Amino acid sequence: MRIELVKRPQRSVLFSALSPFIAFVLTIVAGAILFALLGVNPLTAFGIYFIEPVSQVWQLHELAIKAAPLILIAVGLSVCYRANIWNIGAEGQFILGGIVGSIVPVMFPTLEGPLVLPLMLLLGMVGGAAYAAIPAFLKTRFNTNEILTSLMLVYVAQLFLDWLVRGPWRDPQGHGFPQTVQFNASAILPELFPSSGRANWGFVFALVAAVLVWILMNRVLKGFEVRVLGSSPRAGRFAGFSLGRMVFFAFMLSGALAGLAGISEVSGAINQLQPVISPGYGFTAIIVAFLGRLNPLGIVAAGLVLALTYLGGEAVQSALGISDKVARVFQGMLLFFVLGCDTLIHYRIRLVGFGASRIEEAR
Amino acid sequence: MSADGNGPNLLEVRGLTKIFGTLKACDSVDLTIRKGEIHALLGENGAGKSTLVKMLFGSLEPYSGEIRWNGAPVRIGSPSVAKKLGIGMVFQHFSLFEALTAAENIALSLDDQTPISTIAAKAQALSYSYGLPLDPYSLVGDLSVGERQRIEIIRCLLQKPELIILDEPTSVLTPQEADKLFETLERLRAEGKSILYISHRLEEVKRMCDAATVMRHGKVVGHCNPRQETAASLARMMVGNEVEAVVRAPMEGIEKAPALLEIRHLSRKPATPFSIPLRDINLDVRAGEVIGIAGVAGNGQGEFFEAVSGEVTQQDAGSIRIRGKDAGRLGITGRRLLGAAFVPEERLGHGAAPRMKLSENLLLSRHATDGKAFVGAGGIVKTGAIEAASQRIVEVMDVRKSARDPEAAALSGGNLQKFIVGRELDRKPTVMLVNQPTWGVDAGAAAKIRQSLIELARSGSAILVISQDLDELFEISDAIAVMHNGSLSPPLPRAEATFEKIGLLMGGAEPGHADHALETV
Repeated sequence: MRIELVKRPQRSVLFSALSPFIAFVLTIVAGAILFALLGVNPLTAFGIYFIEPVSQVWQLHELAIKAAPLILIAVGLSVCYRANIWNIGAEGQFILGGIVGSIVPVMFPTLEGPLVLPLMLLLGMVGGAAYAAIPAFLKTRFNTNEILTSLMLVYVAQLFLDWLVRGPWRDPQGHGFPQTVQFNASAILPELFPSSGRANWGFVFALVAAVLVWILMNRVLKGFEVRVLGSSPRAGRFAGFSLGRMVFFAFMLSGALAGLAGISEVSGAINQLQPVISPGYGFTAIIVAFLGRLNPLGIVAAGLVLALTYLGGEAVQSALGISDKVARVFQGMLLFFVLGCDTLIHYRIRLVGFGASRIEEAR
Repeated sequence: MSADGNGPNLLEVRGLTKIFGTLKACDSVDLTIRKGEIHALLGENGAGKSTLVKMLFGSLEPYSGEIRWNGAPVRIGSPSVAKKLGIGMVFQHFSLFEALTAAENIALSLDDQTPISTIAAKAQALSYSYGLPLDPYSLVGDLSVGERQRIEIIRCLLQKPELIILDEPTSVLTPQEADKLFETLERLRAEGKSILYISHRLEEVKRMCDAATVMRHGKVVGHCNPRQETAASLARMMVGNEVEAVVRAPMEGIEKAPALLEIRHLSRKPATPFSIPLRDINLDVRAGEVIGIAGVAGNGQGEFFEAVSGEVTQQDAGSIRIRGKDAGRLGITGRRLLGAAFVPEERLGHGAAPRMKLSENLLLSRHATDGKAFVGAGGIVKTGAIEAASQRIVEVMDVRKSARDPEAAALSGGNLQKFIVGRELDRKPTVMLVNQPTWGVDAGAAAKIRQSLIELARSGSAILVISQDLDELFEISDAIAVMHNGSLSPPLPRAEATFEKIGLLMGGAEPGHADHALETV
């Protein structure tokens, strides 16, 4: 007996829309089993994991802080993935965005004024885009696999940041801690509603980016080009679109958005550079992109859900003493179930061997 | 010899059905093949012929129905079961490794560990006894399509089959190569072997086959003796109704008309080790004329299409001139902007993006030429305009579809082809290059497409048609050139062109010697 995936003649529109919700329910069920095995009442654990972190207004601000980079990065990645270009290195582009954007407040700490912040954001986007251009160049010039190169560049970026904050950019007055100077006030991304919580303009950037990319993908010729080249490259060439240019476009657009997320995080939430500035946003955003069905508006919702898994992970760690790695487990299960549901929308499972042998017996 | 139809039944098929999703590809098909007969399986593309033979060869499992072999019911679960029973098959698309020799390719398909030298000797002996000369040590990559087919046939004969299935064997052969093949088939019949011969070419079926089964839309619509039918009556059975003939009024004074497409010394190095180089191609297509390019598949037509369309550009700007302007260095968009339009051979995945709506597929080839009509400020696509334009094309070309604006993949091959041709005609291009305009299209739609190409030419455009279908080229062309091994012969005016002359050129005869060679055949 073997298991075969047989392509369905038609995709169900209903289940395509329901897929992320089914995946979420399956994740909850699997999570309940996980908590039960850990000896925790699943209901209590879910209360702490999913409800408590969003029960007060200041906590919603925290949610927005966590969701903003996820949405920004995932929106950019959705363009790549629609073009069938596999940028796995958003984490590195996020870090480079943070580093390049921080050139201004770290190297010119006395610089002040209303232009400092826009300059930082711009540099952050340039940094992310330039870093993303490396795997794009390698792919178009040497036909390398962008999954490998973009992923490996993440580790390069992480170690480069680590070296910077321990070496040339270390704060001389920082008592030897591996971190840069604190940014001055004009280099800090303002909070949206300081009276109720910490959420900053990064969340607004994320929403604006989502709307703009949605328009790009659904209404603009360039988005059409992305979709054609992604789904049938030969037809794209017939249309006169260049795959090589598309590789650069998709990589640099997603790199710029990841870089913007990076500098927004550094400037808005951390206010300095540290050895680690991301709890894996660039990787989690891959899950966000697929959970949001590569649709920028779906990604906003998916980003909020995944942000909640971060907060919930912290909450169960402090309340129940379970490792906050449980957040990673939930994220992983979510991606697994989303991809599983999507596969079953396109294919049905057929057991070969059972059916055939039964027909023979019947004869 | 039981060619007169009195032999015992070798194969009987009763009620064979295969369902793909909602489509009944084969609907309760009956078929009887006697020992020692050549049995034709006739039908248009998409009639279910390939599905039927795949079930007979074990590569598809029937949904229901019965297959009897020598009177006993059998279940053919895999091609190896079919081979053991004595069923051999020669596919339309060869499965040969180009970097291996003929003998190595044959060895790969045999299950046992016979040494290559033994296989080569056997293959050589077999090839000469059936009049299919073949050097077993030659690299497949160096062989012509006809020679490759011989490898497939010999590979099949080595299994000592009782029934040989040939899927559209002459579609890749020149008329002369086809004659050789027919001799071989007649020799096999004389030995008492049975042959299931799949074709849509009526003349060769009438000439060779002892019995015929005609399929249409997955059903058997008739069994007959093709010798007692006329080509017209067979066509009626295949198509289901009369097909309107294409009207081609002769064109006066074409010589004086300006050349809208000029190709000068077009050469191209092979892109891959096994693709065909283009060798110094020269051709003028004048306003008002249709020029056909005949040739056996795989002689550089695909490479030629890419080079002329601008999917691949040239170093020398003057090698392609469109409406008198150098276009060699322009990409496909630049050439479209000069007034050219292109229809590639592959519909899904090349001429159209399968998962995109028809209106979006309209945009595919016309986003630049109709930029003002279809794309607004900031690159915003005018959805209403492209939908209206695609509806207009649907009406003009009589495209049958199930939804208002369906995905391209949801259309049948013929209807999608009508849309793709219509998409370009709608622009009224001054130069049009079409590769296989009616491949796999039913007869009615094919006639419509051919007629519209002629009309476009007569309204003053230059049309270049690449086709493997000689009947089609003779129907629509004012002159026919032949592509062989990357070279293009000078076009023969329609009045001088005959099947024999074109066939010799397709086989590689020098243009100047075509008349001479004809006498010696």
